[in-house]
Amino acid sequence: MGGAWFHVAYLVAIVLFIFGIKRLGKVRTAKSGNRLAALAMLLVVIGAVGELDARSPGQGVDWSWIIAGAVVGGAIGAFAAKKVQMTEMPEMVALFNGSGGAASVFVVLAFLATRLPDLPEGASLARGMGGWDTTLALALSILVGGVTLTGSVVAYAKLSGKVTSDAVVYNLQHPINGALILVALGLTVLIGWVLGPDAAMMVSVILALLALGLGVLLVLPIGGADMPVVISLLNSYSGIAAAMTGFVLKSPVLIVSGALVGASGLILTNIMCKAMNRSLLSVLLGGFGQTAGAASSEDAREYSDVKSVGPEELAMMLEGVSSVIFVPGYGLAVAQAQHVTRELGDFLEAQGAQVKYAIHPVAGRMPGHMNVLLAEASVPYEQLVEMDEINPEFKTTDVVIVLGANDVVNPAALDDPQSPLAGMPILNVHEARQVIVVKRSLSPGYAGVRNPLFEADNAHMLFSDAKVALQETLNELKETVGA
Amino acid sequence: MMELTIFVLAIFLGFELITKVPPTLHTPLMSGANAISGITIVGALTCAYFTNSPFMANAMGFLAIATASINVVGGFMVTDRMLTMFGSKKEEK
Repeated sequence: MGGAWFHVAYLVAIVLFIFGIKRLGKVRTAKSGNRLAALAMLLVVIGAVGELDARSPGQGVDWSWIIAGAVVGGAIGAFAAKKVQMTEMPEMVALFNGSGGAASVFVVLAFLATRLPDLPEGASLARGMGGWDTTLALALSILVGGVTLTGSVVAYAKLSGKVTSDAVVYNLQHPINGALILVALGLTVLIGWVLGPDAAMMVSVILALLALGLGVLLVLPIGGADMPVVISLLNSYSGIAAAMTGFVLKSPVLIVSGALVGASGLILTNIMCKAMNRSLLSVLLGGFGQTAGAASSEDAREYSDVKSVGPEELAMMLEGVSSVIFVPGYGLAVAQAQHVTRELGDFLEAQGAQVKYAIHPVAGRMPGHMNVLLAEASVPYEQLVEMDEINPEFKTTDVVIVLGANDVVNPAALDDPQSPLAGMPILNVHEARQVIVVKRSLSPGYAGVRNPLFEADNAHMLFSDAKVALQETLNELKETVGA
Repeated sequence: MMELTIFVLAIFLGFELITKVPPTLHTPLMSGANAISGITIVGALTCAYFTNSPFMANAMGFLAIATASINVVGGFMVTDRMLTMFGSKKEEK
């Protein structure tokens, strides 16, 4: 078996995956990287079909359900990929993470269902096949996969507003989760060393159900603005679950690919945590919105001295400016304002202004969320500037337009050590000559903290939906300048 | 132990490969990784090789193939769609 052609196919696929991921990391080569990875996957599937055929000579593989599964899954995936709007990418990625986790659970259960009946009389799983390492990998595969599935579904529900995006905190949250993990450990011992085939199968299903419950409990207490961290982490989990499945099946290609996905998810998780100045642990323990909300309630005095403007005045401010920076946030995605933002940006550029877009790493609900939206609206990549690069430029900028962002431009993070945001890196928009905050109300951002920017001398509020406001501003500008 | 060695090495390889990804590519990287995690389709396929599979095995195998296919097909397609948007602007300008 060792020299069979499909093993060569798997090895080539591993190499292609590595090159593919490497190329995904650079803007110029990303597209070819993705296609290289897709090619590798095709190779893997061909190899797996060959392996399946070679291993069951004359026994007849029932191809019908294999093909049915591939057609159903492929159709769902293709339809979703074609139809999804760029504003809905976080929801889509969340669901894909979930289906990755689900696949690992189903593979392991299918493995058990086919292999357990062949156990020698009276032998348990660990003794009859595989040993303790296989048993552990099996349990982890089910546990991590199950948590990924329901955790992702809860994340999806929060992102799409189907359940509250607030942090749902309840008593005994941590003891309950701890107890569930202990129970999972107990079930693993039962599956591996105590039970016979039929009972082990049953308990494996129970373990899967427990994992599904645990996934819900783990993500429910995490609030909406922490979703970039959660999605990255679930992305990592889906890879780790796949790698664990690889341990069970002794499949190097599964182990390597799963580990690569796991590593990439962890790196993104780490970047997101840094951008929020929070430890991974504090995100996972959840309840950020809750505690911060309580702390700031004492601080909830009315804003004084807020100056509000309308689109006409914004248009006047923008006449003849030489530099403008847009700061998009989640509100831009909600309002679907990416296209009109680009139109306004192009118009100002045509008038001779220098236009840039400042991207905070955790703006939006997913790593890179704003970049994808603005790319959809054909904003040139060169105009999107990262936080560290653009921060020195605000001082010399005429007008900054903040579009539905709040916490990421809150100067309290810099100068108020008591603020829950203290220490979080922000975009220093308050240093610009003029700041226009387009926002529907003065309501606090996710962190529940008041934003001193709103009452700063150089700041004006434009209370409106971002799309409506910018459209009116653009019309106004066209009338005065264009006529 | 062999498998564990491969796993640990691959994790390190992943860290080396992916550090310093520009923020613009965070979402495509994630959805691309998503597609790659559909690699479980190998597991789903190679599990199917035993005869007289009980119903449970077929049902789980079907679901495994279907969910992994969602990842593979959807993940690669949506990543390609996104990256096409990223690439096209320079030519337009």
